Amino acid sequence: MLKYIARRVLQVIPVFIGVTLVLFLLQAVIPGDPVKMITGERAMSPALRLQIMKANNLDKPIPVQYVIYVNKLLHGDLGTSYQRGRAVRDMLGEKYPYTVKLAFAAIIIEIIVGIAAGIISAVKRYSFLDVLVTLSTSVLVSVPVFWLGMLLQVFFGILLKQWSGGQIYMPISGAGGLSTDFPDWVYLVLPAITLASVSTAYAARIMRSQLLEIMGADYIRTARAKGLTSQAVIWRHALKNALIPVVTFIGLDLGAMLSGAILTETVYNYPGIGLEIYLAIGRRDWPVVMGGVVLVVVVVMVINLIVDVSYAFLDPRIRYGGAAE
Amino acid sequence: MSDHDHIPHEARDRQETLDAIRETGQPFPPSEEFELHAGDSRTLWGDALRRMLKNKLAVAAVVWLLLMVMLAVSADLWVPQTFGSPTKIDTTTIVKQRLIPPSMGHPFGTDDLGRDIFARVIYGARISLAVGILATAISIVIGLIMGALSGYYGGLIDAGIMRLADVFFAFPYILFVVALIAVLGKGFINVFIAIGILGWASIARVFRSSILSVKENDYVDAARALGASDLRIMARHIMPNAVAPIIVYSTMSIGGAILTEAALSFLGMGVQPPTPAWGLMLNDAQNFMETAPWMMIWPGLAILTTVLAFVLLGDGLRDALDVKMKD
Repeated sequence: MLKYIARRVLQVIPVFIGVTLVLFLLQAVIPGDPVKMITGERAMSPALRLQIMKANNLDKPIPVQYVIYVNKLLHGDLGTSYQRGRAVRDMLGEKYPYTVKLAFAAIIIEIIVGIAAGIISAVKRYSFLDVLVTLSTSVLVSVPVFWLGMLLQVFFGILLKQWSGGQIYMPISGAGGLSTDFPDWVYLVLPAITLASVSTAYAARIMRSQLLEIMGADYIRTARAKGLTSQAVIWRHALKNALIPVVTFIGLDLGAMLSGAILTETVYNYPGIGLEIYLAIGRRDWPVVMGGVVLVVVVVMVINLIVDVSYAFLDPRIRYGGAAE
Repeated sequence: MSDHDHIPHEARDRQETLDAIRETGQPFPPSEEFELHAGDSRTLWGDALRRMLKNKLAVAAVVWLLLMVMLAVSADLWVPQTFGSPTKIDTTTIVKQRLIPPSMGHPFGTDDLGRDIFARVIYGARISLAVGILATAISIVIGLIMGALSGYYGGLIDAGIMRLADVFFAFPYILFVVALIAVLGKGFINVFIAIGILGWASIARVFRSSILSVKENDYVDAARALGASDLRIMARHIMPNAVAPIIVYSTMSIGGAILTEAALSFLGMGVQPPTPAWGLMLNDAQNFMETAPWMMIWPGLAILTTVLAFVLLGDGLRDALDVKMKD
């Protein structure tokens, strides 16, 4: 087991180097003069220009710049924003809690709705509910996330307000703002549903197919043969094994959600890290882009690592299979 | 059936059982899909087509996609004449023509600049379908080359390419596309290039695992012993075994590419106005959600139904070709 974990941890290192390298190369070939990004368009003396370049290490060759950057990174220094003049770490630190909140809200929806829908669908196979779940999951994976967000805004923010005479409605933006019309968590509801939609559909599909597969296994037949009720067979025997891949999927998905949700955050003007990085790309604020992407990639890698290790822990077949290699 | 028509009923049953034993080595058909008789097509593709035609959702998806393609291709012949230009803004009539709800003259209504939304949705199909297919084509070409190098030669090449694929998987997808567009510049061509470049890693993995499962077979050794070159072995002996999963995967990834293109256009990083792209139309519609909700309904439905058709077609192909895939 330790060997497996060690090998898995070592795999992270080349990926980390690759990601930072790719980002650095993108930065090197991107059109635009970084000094102008820092100072704006005003004219300046060559001496001042050189001074600014030196201060940001822009006068050195690209490989040297890369080594300096990674070295700072490993000491927790993400650099300074070109336009804002603030430490990237502080800027991201303000936004990241919003992304974490949104991700966990979405994951809770995914766990409850996705798993329940999958179980119902598998247990009542070929019933009306099963067809409904199967069809709606196909539709959900094909919906553009931002369109779903707009539909929810129109329904809960505009139509519901009109029908109820302005009494009942949901806020369609303004999370993290100054408005106190609603308690904080209410601003999270529609974005969380939007973000959770696609993954919930996948979770339900995986849950259904896993449960159906396991219901055909020998040990389930044995459990039935010894006279257990279907309830006991499903809850005590089938579900335990069927849940493993679903939990893995949801774990990996949490990683993806923690890397920010550009589309959901844009539609709801939600102040998360995805929107922050996207806006930084737009204004060519490369230190913020680099810092943001490095942060989310590290988070994703750590979560994937935890998921893989716990998967091996939950399922002995993986553990021993890995040891035999 | 015609061969058996003159045989009495019971004897025919026996005959069918004998046929089944001869074909499969089992007295009973292995599955409910076993309905083939002498004279029927017995090729992989014939069987797949037969199963495909039984899948109503997949057939509906094909019909829908063909309809879309026909409308998009023939658009120049009838759309501008009937509904007006999808791009031109007529400043003299804009006040009277803007934000008209769906009606006889404008079945989908008009947008804030007085353009017919039906015309724009039809022309938008050109962008979406073209980006979806071209981007997937790029992914397939890069993915096949990388997958072939990785699976066939193994060793250091394999390790290097698979680590590179890990790097591509580690990036948050949409962010990566947006960053690439920031480097390449906006516009139609760069959009499908960016989506295509980022899609290779999954195809490479699919192809690599197909190669690994085939290359240890004796007939590959035999071909090599006969002096076949690497390229010939790959094309004649490995490719035919890997085609099915790649077809299924590509079909689904066309749908994915269309969603990504729509997202990019929505963010303003894709095709630029006044070109009618569905994502761009939804971006425009954001400002009129209260006053002109029809502006957001039709482009969204167009994206949904097109992507759904590719997903259902992919599901149908997967079942018909009997490809094992993770959900």
